[in-house]
Amino acid sequence: MATKASRAAARLMISPAVLLLLGWMIVPLSMTLYFSFLRYNLLMPGMEEFTGWTNYRFFLTDPAFTAALWNTLLLVGGVLLITTVGGTLLALLMDQPFWGQGIVRILVIAPFFVMPTVSALVWKNMFMNPVNGLFAHLAKFFGLQPYDFLAQAPLGSIIFIVSWQWLPFATLILLTALQSLDQEQLEAAEMDGAGPLSRFFYIMVPHLARAITVVILIQTIFLLSVFAEILVTTNGGPGVASTNLTYLIYMQSLLQFDVGGGSAGGVVAIILANIVAIFLMRMIGKNLEA
Amino acid sequence: MARRVTNRRKAVVTVLAWLVGLAIFFPILWIVILSFKSEGDAIKTPFEVLGSAWTFESYATVQERSNYFRHFWNSVVISLGSTLIGLLIAIPAAWAMAFVPGKRTKDVLMWMLSTKMLPPVGVLVPIYLIFRNLGLLDTRFGLVIVLTLINLPIIVWMLYTYFKEIPGEILEAARMDGASLKNELIHVLTPMAVPGIASTLLLNIILAWNEAFWTLNLTAAKAAPLTAFIASYSSPEGLFYAKLSAASTMAIAPILIMGWFSQKQLVRGLTFGAVK
Repeated sequence: MATKASRAAARLMISPAVLLLLGWMIVPLSMTLYFSFLRYNLLMPGMEEFTGWTNYRFFLTDPAFTAALWNTLLLVGGVLLITTVGGTLLALLMDQPFWGQGIVRILVIAPFFVMPTVSALVWKNMFMNPVNGLFAHLAKFFGLQPYDFLAQAPLGSIIFIVSWQWLPFATLILLTALQSLDQEQLEAAEMDGAGPLSRFFYIMVPHLARAITVVILIQTIFLLSVFAEILVTTNGGPGVASTNLTYLIYMQSLLQFDVGGGSAGGVVAIILANIVAIFLMRMIGKNLEA
Repeated sequence: MARRVTNRRKAVVTVLAWLVGLAIFFPILWIVILSFKSEGDAIKTPFEVLGSAWTFESYATVQERSNYFRHFWNSVVISLGSTLIGLLIAIPAAWAMAFVPGKRTKDVLMWMLSTKMLPPVGVLVPIYLIFRNLGLLDTRFGLVIVLTLINLPIIVWMLYTYFKEIPGEILEAARMDGASLKNELIHVLTPMAVPGIASTLLLNIILAWNEAFWTLNLTAAKAAPLTAFIASYSSPEGLFYAKLSAASTMAIAPILIMGWFSQKQLVRGLTFGAVK
């Protein structure tokens, strides 16, 4: 059906988007790569020189890098665990018939629309603050000692805050997947005497597997780049206790003006993200053919 | 056979679901309540807070002290601007890929998606330096460019999945009836494409409104949208709970409302069509 003329027109229609994205990718990426081999500090302009792998050596052997890598893994892993398990349970609950389904659904997905700086600051001040926070009031009410969440368990508190933001996403996607489940299959299994647990593990879980994978992969992409929540709550501290890779690179480049070191860190972050991206792309690509 | 649901079971599920739903929603409800309290009352115990007088004073203070609406307007310009420009570039591209698919269409789509997987911090330094040298730091124009580019893959993908669902036979039927290309576009395709474009617009405004990496790193006082403005409350002076609540309530209210309208599209948009 497509003629030669329409093909040429199609190419013309696609090219602006392609060219823009190509520029957006190639220009900064090659700059990052180039800077990563330079000794380049914004405080010492004109002193740039080629240093080979020095920046990488310094970045990768910095104890802060090991800590940040570990924190990144804990943050991503922790949030994934909470949101997928919680999201599955919540989706199962909301898939049951009950009064006010529409309203509860709205309540549950609301946190996803709250901007990161608001949710982080609200949890930090109104809830986790050891003097005026709601949790502190609650502790005092029961005669307990208030707990300083962000000082005592900075990473755990950030995991909690980020999980609150992403739980709706997991729930919504898993609920959508559950609703596309063939009801007759479930009924048939029930009539054949399958209990609720075996119905869950043999019919629902295999059906949800795909949606769960999508949730995990997409969240991982976003969670690797958690930034605002750390910036407004702990600033990565105390020490580097809540510094993730994104935040470490930000500090190195924009707070210490070490362009070379920050760029080397950036390249490391890109490589790590790409490992996840490859799996995600494969899944989405398969879906495109179907 | 419909599954039997006893009323008792339904009642139990109802109570449970409402409890969980309210617990998850509670922080949002709480800041709305605090935003209508005075600073002195906002830090009291929950019972005292609920019993205290209601007031609009925090909303007035926030506007007076920090020119809140300038930041609100920045958010509007940046999110709407980047979305509209993005749509302008993406609609022809998605259109062509959906209706005149070539051998490489799939590769192009996948490649576009891969640019979205690039961690922003990986290009923070070059973008920052480019912006500094071009004088784009702390300008709305600069942020519109960046947000257009980072969200372009999502826009193209969402539109593509919507356009793909418009049956090709309709086009052929219209052609057989003698419709010209122009008529085909105006009378047949556009009405069918509008819902998809509208949902894409909505979702993308939400994403751009809440974007908090580039907005925080590339703006200072002048062009700061709400994400960056509210971050300034991380180093507070004196009592500020009521003011923070008022600023936050106004920042999230428009997006919450839009979000509730676009629940369904959210799934499709954020999973790139992998879950519908």
